[in-house]
Amino acid sequence: MEEMKVLLRNVDKINPKDAYDYAKAGGFEGLKKALSMSREEIIKVLEDSGLRGRGGAGFPTYRKLQFANSTENDTKYIVCNADEGEPGTNKDRILLSKDPCAIIEGMAIMGKAIGAHTGFIYMRGEYTYLREVLYAAIDSCKENGYLGENIMGSDFSFDVKLRMGAGAYVCGEETAMFESIEGKRGEPRYRPPFPGIKGLFGKPTVLNNVETIANVAPILDKGADWYRSMGTEGSPGTKLFSIIGNVNKRGVYEFPMGINLKELIYDYCGGIADGRGLLAVQAGGASAPFINKDQIDIPLEIDYVASSGGRLGCGTIMVIDDTNCIVDMIQNNLYFFKEESCGKCTPCREGTTRLYELVTKISSGRGKMSDLAKIRGLGETMANTAFCGLGRSATVPVESALQNFADDFEKHIDKDFCPVCDREGRVL
Amino acid sequence: MEDRNLTYRVPASKLVEIAKIAAPYRDKPEHLMKVILQSQEITPVFSEDVTAVIAREMNIPQTQVYSFITFYHMLYTEHRGKYVIHMCQSAPCHIRGAEEVVKAIEDLLGVKMGETTEDNRFTLAYSPCLGVCDISPAIMINDKVYGNLNADSVREVIKRYIREEVA
Ligand SMILES: Cc1cc2nc3c(=O)[nH]c(=O)nc-3n(C[C@H](O)[C@H](O)[C@H](O)COP(=O)(O)O)c2cc1C
Ligand code: SF4
Ligand code: FES
Repeated sequence: MEEMKVLLRNVDKINPKDAYDYAKAGGFEGLKKALSMSREEIIKVLEDSGLRGRGGAGFPTYRKLQFANSTENDTKYIVCNADEGEPGTNKDRILLSKDPCAIIEGMAIMGKAIGAHTGFIYMRGEYTYLREVLYAAIDSCKENGYLGENIMGSDFSFDVKLRMGAGAYVCGEETAMFESIEGKRGEPRYRPPFPGIKGLFGKPTVLNNVETIANVAPILDKGADWYRSMGTEGSPGTKLFSIIGNVNKRGVYEFPMGINLKELIYDYCGGIADGRGLLAVQAGGASAPFINKDQIDIPLEIDYVASSGGRLGCGTIMVIDDTNCIVDMIQNNLYFFKEESCGKCTPCREGTTRLYELVTKISSGRGKMSDLAKIRGLGETMANTAFCGLGRSATVPVESALQNFADDFEKHIDKDFCPVCDREGRVL
Repeated sequence: MEDRNLTYRVPASKLVEIAKIAAPYRDKPEHLMKVILQSQEITPVFSEDVTAVIAREMNIPQTQVYSFITFYHMLYTEHRGKYVIHMCQSAPCHIRGAEEVVKAIEDLLGVKMGETTEDNRFTLAYSPCLGVCDISPAIMINDKVYGNLNADSVREVIKRYIREEVA
């Protein structure tokens, strides 16, 4: 399989702040076509393309649009999720900083598809330094008639506004993001009603990940058949992968869906750094399972990864070499969830803290076998009762590690020496 | 820390500036984040008097302003230095030598993570992933990112701030 540049086509080739430059490179052709189509026709193209969400669950993109389109309301919104809080993920940053006009174009097409006239880009506080490039791109799109009143001489008007976060992972959850944009604490809302009926400011809203939105314009421009010529039957198109950790060539790469994980690590990214061995891989972000070196011969495709208990989600591949310790990794992972739990519901607020304490007990050689059972029980309760995806999936990494690396936990309980956890002056 | 927080007083002239930022958004609570981010460029800490001014000008309860600020970890209710060093604590940095970087920073500045130097110039804070994992381990000093760090290179970076050589 070859690296393939659909979403990354313009990286370092155009001036990201200049809509005219983007247009010269073939930009706004998708929008131009969409402006002469009916809402249903646009949604149909996206349906035929098979585009699925790149931010989390892999939900079919056209369904969200269909839902919001069928809800009657004069005011509707498009929201671009640029919160990218998933540790290890930096693909959206590349798109936001190198080709923001592609995101704006995608949002305008989606606006046209449901009759929305305003779009919000919600960007994480840690990316404050990207504000300048986004504001410049938005202004340039306006000056060149690709945003604002009567876009490209049509009767369709659309505006894009930027909203900043200020450090809260949970704001990446869609309803929490609505709360945050409305000037409140970013705590998830109860669903239903679903965003397509009552979302941002109580209006029908479609929210998608940056990468999902970046796919929209090329699909409208080149068509569903073209899109389906890449990737797999169930997951058409390409995917951005953030490959990080102890691998030789770290970075963001674009490959057709379905690429083999092992090939990706060894053939394209040069294998493990410093000639070390592989301990584990976590594919799909902080709430994805930890798999061992015998489990990596798998295709990276939404349904396949889901069927093995994971989530391709954001496409983050963390490669961990054998100088690390899995119990230490889990401790770090649970610390993250404990800190980022918003505290709204008890299973997650208490559960993440207790899980962290139990794993800390084990890593410091004070664990018992019964603690492993406690972790499993607690995990089950959280998965079933937590209010939002954070608490429900925070248990996946620890549970997968108990299964795939059972020996390592037992060794810590046996007080065998661990070069990582038993280090003098260890800081988390 | 607590005492310093309680005794921190924002000068009246700054409160006037903050009131000016907030006033145009009266009865528009959805602009709270914008107002707060702009105010944060004026005051290092959201003390009680600052939140009172924002609440009054925007006509929203002060408790709402305060609960908003405490929710987001890049908004500060405790005093912080001129430069906040955000040290990434997430796994991809952790497995590429974040610990060595933390120790070097703590040794150089003589304070621990979570603390502020005596001269009020540097605050050390852990942060979750900064989104630059392809150059881990990484830190952010205010808005600037530095990556691929080790003990030596992080000392070089921080020395430039000590010397005030960074624009
Ligand atoms: C705790 C939590 C954090 C999330 N963070 C993000 C994020 O940073 N970026 C993102 O695109 N989606 C994130 N999601 C998923 C979103 O809720 C949502 O499903 C997604 O943005 C939908 O877009 P898509 O259909 O294009 O994938 C998060 C979900 C949860 C539960
Ligand atoms: S599961 Fe966690 S993050 Fe989600 S609402 Fe409950 S406490 Fe908040
Ligand atoms: S993990 Fe440190 S920057 Fe992402």
